[in-house]
Amino acid sequence: MENKKKGMSVWQKQNAAGWVFLTPATIMIVLLIFYPMIEALITSFRWGSGVRVYSQWADPWYKNYVNMFHNKVFMQTVGNTFFYLIIQVPIMLVLAILLAQLLNNKDLKFKGFFRTMVFLPCATSLVSYSLIFQSMFQKTGLFNIILNKLGIFHGNYAFLQNTWSARFVIIIALIWRWTGYNMVFYLAGLQNIEYSVYEAAKIDGANGWKIFWNMTVPLLKPTIIMTFIMSINGTLQLFDESYNLTKGGPSGTTMTMSHYVYNQAYGNNAGQFAVACAMSFFIFVLVAILAFINMKVGDTRD
Amino acid sequence: MTKNKSHIQRRLIPSYIFLIIWSFISVFPLYWMIAGATNTTQDVSRAKLTLGTHAADNFNKLLEDSDLWGNMGNSFFYAIIQTVLCLFICSLAGYGFELYHDKAKDRLFAFLLLGMMIPPVSTMIPLYRMMTKLSFQDTVWGFVIPGIATPFMIMMFRQNSRNFPVDILEAARLDGLSEFAIFFRMYLPVMKSTYAAAAVITFMNAWNAYMWPKIIMSDNSTQTMPMLIANLASGYVIDYGELMMGVLFCSIPTMIIFFLLQKQFAEGITGAVK
Repeated sequence: MENKKKGMSVWQKQNAAGWVFLTPATIMIVLLIFYPMIEALITSFRWGSGVRVYSQWADPWYKNYVNMFHNKVFMQTVGNTFFYLIIQVPIMLVLAILLAQLLNNKDLKFKGFFRTMVFLPCATSLVSYSLIFQSMFQKTGLFNIILNKLGIFHGNYAFLQNTWSARFVIIIALIWRWTGYNMVFYLAGLQNIEYSVYEAAKIDGANGWKIFWNMTVPLLKPTIIMTFIMSINGTLQLFDESYNLTKGGPSGTTMTMSHYVYNQAYGNNAGQFAVACAMSFFIFVLVAILAFINMKVGDTRD
Repeated sequence: MTKNKSHIQRRLIPSYIFLIIWSFISVFPLYWMIAGATNTTQDVSRAKLTLGTHAADNFNKLLEDSDLWGNMGNSFFYAIIQTVLCLFICSLAGYGFELYHDKAKDRLFAFLLLGMMIPPVSTMIPLYRMMTKLSFQDTVWGFVIPGIATPFMIMMFRQNSRNFPVDILEAARLDGLSEFAIFFRMYLPVMKSTYAAAAVITFMNAWNAYMWPKIIMSDNSTQTMPMLIANLASGYVIDYGELMMGVLFCSIPTMIIFFLLQKQFAEGITGAVK
């Protein structure tokens, strides 16, 4: 009896210790992620600008949301962001898988060197590479000079002052920065696949493409889904590139959602907190929906 | 045998070509940055690709136009504080969630993971309000507090804690060590490599952070390197030589970490997935 009681108290002590370990992080996450999210939702039902926002309510309560959907500039930024998402993410992920597949070949020489090179862009900060790309695509800059010398262009083209070319410069920059990052995930995933599985398939007469499509892709499926979710998440939150590479221009046609929200709250329209909160909540809903769809699609166990 | 080997290498030629092209693409913008930092802005506009002799001029201009050493110091200071606190708080939690896990804790963990879905842009306005109420604006606390406890890092430590042998835990308990002593004396040394990977990724993220510092750090003397270079590029007339010198300074620390600790960096990125 005495013993059992003592045992209980030891177990309880341990359990209590477990709770103590995770309490600081839990409190911080609740206070600094969940609570602000709820406050942003509440603020999105408020009205006015500056500090007045915290004393007036919108009438009707969803007015900021109605205005948001009628805000042509914001809808344009939504369109831009989705454009980046649809074009850039698939290209980047396919390139990343391809590179990982090439680097996973055991006969390849200089593997370490190539891996480092592919991975290298990840070492630059988002602001740094945005500015590097901005300088390369100037009207009197590197790419204009190269394309003129090759005879493809006659005269300088203002890449960043034209909507479509500026959008593609952002996409190119994003692909440059993030392909190696995603490659790391695929390479880790590929290295978990036993080499003998490939050998067996080769003996059975499967060619490279068949092996890739029927074995590698299914085995990498969890990794592919995860990188997809991460890329979607990241693209929907693009800020640094839009802000520094194109400055959202020409006249807002390359701006991303986060950039616009930032401008509403702290940029040239400073103080539109209620409006910005409504938009940021919209971004959160988009992230959540797309992640959910992705997981559902990925979960079809066939 | 050798014939077979050379046959394999011949078949790999397209792979080599593709990898060489991609390596070139990877390196080129960084070389462009270095070349730009040593050339005048006119030469950058003329796409001069060789190293120039104006590095000192660009550097002096940079020192004149910005608080280079101050902002560099800020970046290091904020990033180191954030890394130390983040590692401590998140590893405690990861350890607690994994080695003391029960139904209630597992549920709480699943709930905290939902926080990964919440984009920083959605919480920035209330966070800004909170931080200004606490007078943390323009202080290191305003910078680091939102980045100390992240679901990603907790998940990473939790996953990696699975490799921590339970035998050690049991043995230490029999030796009469308290639960906290076990964490500090047993867990910390065993998990060194996880800490290294987590440190690299947290430091890099903190160093590269842009939107949040831009909001919370309004005073020039409290700004960070990414803000410094963004400011250099915000005028109508940009001196590209000077700008690339700034970008170079912003990139040197992360480049050094990348080349010295590439393995840990890769582990930190993939961290939680195993």
